Amino acid sequence: MELNNPLAVDISNLGFHYKDNDGVVFSGLNLQVQKGERFGLFGPNGAGKTTLLSLTTGLLSPAGGSIRLLGLDVNRDHHAVNKLLGFVPQDFSFYQELSPVENLEFFGAWAGLSKHQVKNKTDELLQVLGLENVRNKRVDKFSGGMKRRVNLAIGVIHDPAILILDEPTVGVDVQTRHAIVDYLLQLNKNGTTLIYTSHQLSEAEDLCNVAALIDDGKIVAHGSIEQLLEEHKQEDLEQLFLELTGKEFRNDV
Amino acid sequence: MMFKLWSAIVKDSRVLWRDGVGLALMFVMPIVLVIVITDIQNSTFNLINKNKLPVLICNRDTGASGMQLVEAINKVGMFSIRQLPKNQDEKALSDSMKKRDALLSIVIPADFTRKVMAKSKTTAGKALTSFGLQADSTQKDLGDVSPLKMFYNPVLQESLRLSVKGALQSALQLVESRQTLRTLYFDINEKPLPGKLEGEMLNSKAVINDTPVSSNGSLKPPNAAQHNVPSWTIFAMFFVIMSLGGSVVREKTSGSYIRLKTLPTSYLVGMFSKQIAYVVVTIVQAIVIFSLGIWLFPVIGLPGLNLPQDIFGLFVVTVLSGWCAVSYAICVGVFAETHQQNNAFGAISIVILSAIGGLMVPTFNMDTSLKTIANFSPMHWCLQSYYGLFLEDGKLSNVIGYLIPLILITIVFQLIAVWGLKRKNLI
Repeated sequence: MELNNPLAVDISNLGFHYKDNDGVVFSGLNLQVQKGERFGLFGPNGAGKTTLLSLTTGLLSPAGGSIRLLGLDVNRDHHAVNKLLGFVPQDFSFYQELSPVENLEFFGAWAGLSKHQVKNKTDELLQVLGLENVRNKRVDKFSGGMKRRVNLAIGVIHDPAILILDEPTVGVDVQTRHAIVDYLLQLNKNGTTLIYTSHQLSEAEDLCNVAALIDDGKIVAHGSIEQLLEEHKQEDLEQLFLELTGKEFRNDV
Repeated sequence: MMFKLWSAIVKDSRVLWRDGVGLALMFVMPIVLVIVITDIQNSTFNLINKNKLPVLICNRDTGASGMQLVEAINKVGMFSIRQLPKNQDEKALSDSMKKRDALLSIVIPADFTRKVMAKSKTTAGKALTSFGLQADSTQKDLGDVSPLKMFYNPVLQESLRLSVKGALQSALQLVESRQTLRTLYFDINEKPLPGKLEGEMLNSKAVINDTPVSSNGSLKPPNAAQHNVPSWTIFAMFFVIMSLGGSVVREKTSGSYIRLKTLPTSYLVGMFSKQIAYVVVTIVQAIVIFSLGIWLFPVIGLPGLNLPQDIFGLFVVTVLSGWCAVSYAICVGVFAETHQQNNAFGAISIVILSAIGGLMVPTFNMDTSLKTIANFSPMHWCLQSYYGLFLEDGKLSNVIGYLIPLILITIVFQLIAVWGLKRKNLI
């Protein structure tokens, strides 16, 4: 079913609030991401980006509506969805005491790969992401940029159909940012749908072809980047962002 | 699934191996503890049974009874006696105790012989009257024998001090009885009591054979190592909470867990792998500590550990004790929000569980309510199982009754951990 479904993500009539009613609230939110898109989700702090990504990955459960990835319900078909999904969280989500190889061996096995597949993918990713010469070194000795690359490698080891990235380049140098963006574009060319969130809007223009702006739990704009800039008569995403979300400080407590 | 499980076990083992502090807490600290505590207990044993307790005696009495009392105290066999000058005052006595490293000093009062003689005549007179014979009516009752004074160093444990008092009481009783017997004999026969007869009448011929109760009838008495090695092995096993509980907390707080939750594998596999990895650690702990008891203790002058005959039973008890310790650690790790919470609660709760479980003070010394509470400490059942094997030389079948509550407590820990994971939306 998932191979024929043109929608990578189909969020329909989504309702959600945190237990203590503190934080963002979604009410009747709808959003679709086409298969093969490079989709960027942007918004100010506290707008609901990370919450929406957590709902999409199944880390949180919605109060109403549904979220489908390639036709599979995230909450009902959790196991099947996880086989199709890759997630690169904003935090370094791996074992810092282990080396890149040891991390990839473990996460690859848990992603459902065979021993042989794990080995091949590990070698390939370390090569592509420039970690070959530190493959057996402990990650806690790495720079922030190197850790970002390890974080990304783990998220893509099982060749996911949909890759969700939560600020994958935060705190890295220009070289590492370019390397990561280039690698993500390559993955997309090979058929991976990218769902990306970041505050780096210039980087987003290089990476994404479709964007949605979210504010206070509502989608305030959604379309191709060219279309959005034309509609709002803005030159870049940053100007568009400020026009739609205002210039006031946002405190995300 | 087996590849996933194996990968998780390898991952957990690698993380553990690189946790230097955790390893030190799990291995070095318990090893130091078991050696120190065994040495201390062994020293206490030797103090009483081999080295003898150093005692200073100031005999102010000039008569025969004072000397007889010193001789009787010497014959008790648990004291190393040094006599002080008769005129030594109490301040000088205290200084002498400090200078000569004596834990006890005894002062025999100046009128000791006079009072003993008088009391013996009074007692003999009463005895003659009760026999229907005429007693010496000129003897005045001078009252009870003046009390001995016993000064002791406050470091002397209560139980040891009471043992010493009991021994002194026996010596005192012997002196008084001898004098009463002599007086009575003289009053009846008008000649002194023959020494041989006195010896036969006063020296007890009854012998006490103390035999340890064992399941297989063996008569080998347990030593300090048999008591301490199992206790501190259990303590060491439960100390895996510092590393394992910390590992669970770290996984939750570092973000690794978020990634794991987006992978097509249940976190329960991870929990299972942790249990396997850490139960192996607890078995290694037991092997290391038992090996020290068997081979190192005799080299450093401590009594060697004798393994029970039922090695399979020992293995089963070790695995179940380790499993319980690991389950407790996971349970605490699931609920702790931070490392500090895990480490503080873990360490304090282990000390409390070990105290109420009888690792520090035997449960037979506890009052009824504490004995009831001890049943809720998993360490109590671990200890009972080990004691059944080590002290009574029992078999696995002899300790099944202790293992069943241990397994039940372990299952409760497991269920609480799973409930905690569900409640926190972690599985």
